[in-house]
Amino acid sequence: MIQVEGLTKYYGERAAIRDLSFTIEKGEVIGFLGLNGAGKSTTLKVLGCVLLPTSGKVLIDGYDVAKDPHEIRKRIGFLPDAPPLYDEMTVEGYLRFVAELRGVTTADVPARVADVMKKTSITDRKDDVIGSLSHGYRQRVGVAQAMVHNPRLLILDEPTGGLDPVQIVEMRELIRALKGEHTVLVSSHILSEISQICDRYLVIQQGEIIARGTEEDLSKLLGGAGVVEIDIKGPAQVAVEALKKVPGVKDVTVARLDDRLASLRVDTAEDVRGELVRALVQADIWVLRIDRGATRLENIFLKLTHGKEAA
Amino acid sequence: MRNVLLIARRELASYLRTMSGYVIIAVMLFIDGLLFNAFAVPGTAKKSSEVLADFFTMTSGITMVGAVFLSMRLIAEERQTGTISLLYSSPLHDVEIVLGKFFAALGFLFVFFASTLYMPALVAAYGKISLGHVFAGYLGLTLVGAASLAIGAFGSSLTKSQVVAAVLSGVMCLALTTCWLLTKVTDRPLTEIVTQLAWWSHFDAFRTGLVHVKHVTYFGLVTFLALFAATRVLEARRWR
Repeated sequence: MIQVEGLTKYYGERAAIRDLSFTIEKGEVIGFLGLNGAGKSTTLKVLGCVLLPTSGKVLIDGYDVAKDPHEIRKRIGFLPDAPPLYDEMTVEGYLRFVAELRGVTTADVPARVADVMKKTSITDRKDDVIGSLSHGYRQRVGVAQAMVHNPRLLILDEPTGGLDPVQIVEMRELIRALKGEHTVLVSSHILSEISQICDRYLVIQQGEIIARGTEEDLSKLLGGAGVVEIDIKGPAQVAVEALKKVPGVKDVTVARLDDRLASLRVDTAEDVRGELVRALVQADIWVLRIDRGATRLENIFLKLTHGKEAA
Repeated sequence: MRNVLLIARRELASYLRTMSGYVIIAVMLFIDGLLFNAFAVPGTAKKSSEVLADFFTMTSGITMVGAVFLSMRLIAEERQTGTISLLYSSPLHDVEIVLGKFFAALGFLFVFFASTLYMPALVAAYGKISLGHVFAGYLGLTLVGAASLAIGAFGSSLTKSQVVAAVLSGVMCLALTTCWLLTKVTDRPLTEIVTQLAWWSHFDAFRTGLVHVKHVTYFGLVTFLALFAATRVLEARRWR
């Protein structure tokens, strides 16, 4: 579906991205991770045919971005980091305009517009002027415009940016629903926001890909299945002793101690959550909560990016 | 062609829905009416055709200034708000974007022209004028408007800021207005070229009711070159 080889983009003297290569298969949801300024948006703009690459080859569906951008533009939907909205238009009017612009036949436009408005839950605001919408709704209209012509590839640059927690969950549901039907490339710098919706991740730092693979692959890359957080009630020392005996546990630390309640962080080589609970229960400790550290991917990412900087 | 119409329709609707367009046209009409009253309408006896010619002279200047303000947003605003990404990522040719925007602005300028018709009508009511003169004059105004809007579109493609765009286009229009001053320091054949570059020497025939192909060609050429330049700038933006 997407084939990128040696992609390089210079802004004047400065290289925003350097020699990027990756491939994306049809129907995949790919997470594009990086800090601000790492080169995410530039890469996505090249894939979205907004910018032309300085060098390198980008093939989408077999078409080259430099030679046949028109063919590619018919097949992609692009949401830039700031949704490209005309404030004076109504939501429906705007989506009709975009649909026609992207080549939807006049007869199909009403059905397509109604469909994407339903999918993005903006039907109730269809007659509102875009300038009067809240940030969350603007972002949804932005996603709606990207998919109004039913493109094969959706490129979403920070779709969760600036949304509140409830809206982030809704946006994730929306992207998850797109899976299979579309190939989706979604970027973010806040990893927990896209950590459960992507098949694979590309981590980009200073214009170069520093890691790639599934969440599992990335954690293996750093040697370990990650951290498990456990909240317990009972003597913390007994719990630590019990947990350390479980095979696969590398280290146990007490993160927080409060009278008889404690939070433990357990470093494990593999997923042994079941064994951990059994060990605690057998030691007569109450397990109040167990979780694969909510910020797990975040930790991986921090290690990766900081490791790179240190090197 | 479909894409040009699509862009033009949206752009024109945007002019009609927002205040700025109306404000610019209202100011243009106000100044035009004021000048018409002060200078074209005579204290002394004057031929109707002379009054009409004076009206066209004033209106042409106002058209040029107004066109600069009407066109400053065309591309600069898209870049400022980021909506240019939408156009860039859609299956459009850059020339279609430029043409669509240009025609929309020209369409809106016709609202201004239509609103000035009362002045020739007043002249006709109190004197005698030929329809041909009115037609030639408005054709001239349309050509001046088209050339200025095209220059405005080019200025607007160069920057994100509408103010800077207006200044750039204004300077280009001013250069086309005052370049005859160079004749004082140039020799033939340069003198001839510089004289022919000034737009008002070509507008002079229209205001008196004459339509010459060479003058139409001049305005057509300026319009074409400016729109071509705007298109190339838009294309070049993809590289940076």
